[in-house]
Amino acid sequence: MIAIVDYGMGNLRNVGRAFAELGHAASVTDQPEAIVSARAVVLPGVGAFGEAVRRIDRLGLRKPILDAIKLGRPLLGICLGMQLLYEESEESPGFFGLGVLPGTVRRFENELKVPHIGWNDVITEKATAMFGVPGRAGCFYFVHSYFAPLSEFTIGQTEYGISFSAAVRRGNIYGVQFHPEKSQEAGMTVLDRFARLT
Amino acid sequence: MLTKRIIPCLDVKGGKVVKGVQFEGLVDMGDPAAQARFYNQEGADELVILDITASREERKSIIGVVESVADSVFIPLTVGGGISTDDDIRALLNAGADRVSVNTRAVQNPALITKAADRFGSQCVVVAIDVKRREGRPQWDVYIYGGKERTALDALAWAEEVERRGAGEILLTSMDRDGTQEGYDLELLHVLTNQVNIPVIASGGAGKLQDFADALSIGGADAILAASLFHTRAMTIAQLKQFLREKGVPVR
Repeated sequence: MIAIVDYGMGNLRNVGRAFAELGHAASVTDQPEAIVSARAVVLPGVGAFGEAVRRIDRLGLRKPILDAIKLGRPLLGICLGMQLLYEESEESPGFFGLGVLPGTVRRFENELKVPHIGWNDVITEKATAMFGVPGRAGCFYFVHSYFAPLSEFTIGQTEYGISFSAAVRRGNIYGVQFHPEKSQEAGMTVLDRFARLT
Repeated sequence: MLTKRIIPCLDVKGGKVVKGVQFEGLVDMGDPAAQARFYNQEGADELVILDITASREERKSIIGVVESVADSVFIPLTVGGGISTDDDIRALLNAGADRVSVNTRAVQNPALITKAADRFGSQCVVVAIDVKRREGRPQWDVYIYGGKERTALDALAWAEEVERRGAGEILLTSMDRDGTQEGYDLELLHVLTNQVNIPVIASGGAGKLQDFADALSIGGADAILAASLFHTRAMTIAQLKQFLREKGVPVR
């Protein structure tokens, strides 16, 4: 079972629908035991960083998520869920994310239209389990105002005024800034590959 | 590179897709989920569902429509019509909407935009603005209640306010052009897209392929929305994208 973490923000059903379409058993849950015992964990989410952190802590979900990571279970953060993997975000100073990736999530520069909404290319430099061969990984749907800068953990990058991390990986921890559950076949492939990691 | 979005709009009334000319004269155009699947196949970049049902009781049916569409397609879904509270938004998001579009209630209660953006994030909040040009002047009045009532608001001033309040995108409809197939109001688009720093979806007036290219390049729109042209199959999305690509407009 793949646990889709429900912390009260975002359209979790769409992630669940996508896994159902792919034939992978997944369930939406806010129960710590279900998260720790799942074979893989998905942290979805839309909304503000600070509010998400507040809800995760109020529901007591920080520890089970970190425990699942320590147990080596694949974890996928989607959109805000990816940003939550970082230490903090310019969106909500003073709130601490899960901190399993170093650094701060930043806001796009002012001369660009913000949010970055729409379909944009993801480019990979190395072969990865998530995107396959290097090159243009496909066009994915983005909708966000904040981004994770490029780092040693970047496995896919996208350009919007600057290049930013469209996908990251650190060991068993994965994050995608785009919405794979809303990116037609390209996104379904990413979700399928994630589900097959275990 | 960020591509320009092509968005078919499903105006839904009593669970069916309908389409009128200049906001009047509705014609039944079929089942929303079937239409959604068709557009998904065709390469639509997003779908907008607007609930144009008049009464609050009938409006509950929109939840079922959103669920069936979200079950059918894996592309972004924006839903609007009759949204009064942040709990209405919550219900639509739970049903499968990715974003919501507010219009009349946002004009009457602008705090709704702020509240929605705070709770669900700016990326979730689209403000639909229906406008009509003032006689002979490059100024536009904002209309509400599906274009039935004129407000005292100026379109540009209102656009700036919705941005300030946290809207993530503007869905701009020219009532003068809606359903006429005479082309988008390029002056309106040009002026408004330069005024705000959030993306703008152009709506109202598309008739031929060049109209779309003009709205995106001359008008500066980030996405274009059309209904009748696609519903009647007068034009396919694949055909439109091919045309735009040849014109150098980035599309998926």
